[in-house]
Amino acid sequence: MGDNFFNFSLTTFNRSGRLLQIEYALNAVRNGKLSVGIRATDGVVIVTEKKMPSVLFDSKDVTKIEPITSSCGMVFAGLMADFRVLVRRSRKTAQTYKLTYGENQPIRELVKGTARVVQEYTQSGGVRPFGVSVLAAGYDDDGPHLYQIDPSGVYIQWKATAIGKGDANAKSDLERRATAGISFDDMTLDDAIHHALQTLRTGVEGEMTRSNIQVAVVDSTRKFRVLSEEEVQDFLDEAR
Amino acid sequence: MMEVNGSAMIVMAGKNCVGIASDRRLGWNKQMTVACDFQKVFQLNDRIIVGLAGLGTDVQSLRNLLRFRMNLYKLREEREMSPKAFSAMLASLLYEKRFGPYFVEPVVAGLNEDGKPFISSMDFIGAPTSAEDFVVQGTCYSQLHGMCESLYRPDMDQNALFETLSQCLQAAVDRDALSGWGAEVHIITPEGTYTRTLKSRQD
Repeated sequence: MGDNFFNFSLTTFNRSGRLLQIEYALNAVRNGKLSVGIRATDGVVIVTEKKMPSVLFDSKDVTKIEPITSSCGMVFAGLMADFRVLVRRSRKTAQTYKLTYGENQPIRELVKGTARVVQEYTQSGGVRPFGVSVLAAGYDDDGPHLYQIDPSGVYIQWKATAIGKGDANAKSDLERRATAGISFDDMTLDDAIHHALQTLRTGVEGEMTRSNIQVAVVDSTRKFRVLSEEEVQDFLDEAR
Repeated sequence: MMEVNGSAMIVMAGKNCVGIASDRRLGWNKQMTVACDFQKVFQLNDRIIVGLAGLGTDVQSLRNLLRFRMNLYKLREEREMSPKAFSAMLASLLYEKRFGPYFVEPVVAGLNEDGKPFISSMDFIGAPTSAEDFVVQGTCYSQLHGMCESLYRPDMDQNALFETLSQCLQAAVDRDALSGWGAEVHIITPEGTYTRTLKSRQD
């Protein structure tokens, strides 16, 4: 936590029992670009908008989706710099586990560890909460998993969800699909990718192209990977 | 340090079963025998038994530490630890104390999910070896190794495994002053663990 000059927490309760700093952090998340995740029977897909504020940006280098272990990755909505801190800590925790036990950490444990860090920053001295919600996608002995971690440190497992600007609309879109008979309990990864891209479109202004969105999957081979721009283009073309 | 209290143990693989045999002597200062019922073999879950050969106090402390780690793992991960993960964890634990080690040389007998046996042993700072047939540790290491090399055959059923383990252990400890004074054998099978105490020479 760097130089800690303060002994007191900056996140304190107000009279009605709310932690306003956490609510403000959720506002920061809601300002971030939309990210959608869907868990299929044989894998998980996460997609996000990667809009560059200017054509001068070299977008190839920018990544919003980060692998944490070979079988797990994360995407965020909110402050990218805060996300990078969490990625770094999660990676270290995961590798420490691997060093001790010789196996990849199960996704739920990894998420719990990350959520613990997030919670610590809501109660420790001199720091502010993380301004990100994180979607973690992974495949372990228990199958595919999609988890969300909030700035409060709460973690939830989802079949499908969205975070960031327009998340309410996107979640309604996902719910509509579920009530229209599309079962999230019974979906292949390929279908999930299509649904995720369609849901993402509800929150993206302008056209979705291979360079302004990012897609990552983890399937039953347990390898988490970010799709190349060519692969993304293929999925966009199929959707037309 | 490893010879202060005395010990002998063997882990051997059979067909869909694994067995561990150990002596029960606790000696003092390489001289007196203080106990003939000192436990050095511990069943940590349905499919893992660890045998700890070496300094008695470290045997007991390490056993408690291992139980602590197993319990926490089970609570956090909501699943049993596999023998492979256990072995890796034990090696890591021992190496953490590289410059002030536990004077214990463990042997691990485990049964994987698919019923295949898992065997490993390591030195007191956690350098692991795994084998397909058998591993030994103790003050009569050479004697144990020799006996196992002679009597071991692959794919023994649990009865043959029990016989072989018993004969190997008894013969080896009879040629070592610091081990013996009782013996116990445990066989892990997919149906459960069978434990037998052997009547042996009390000298």
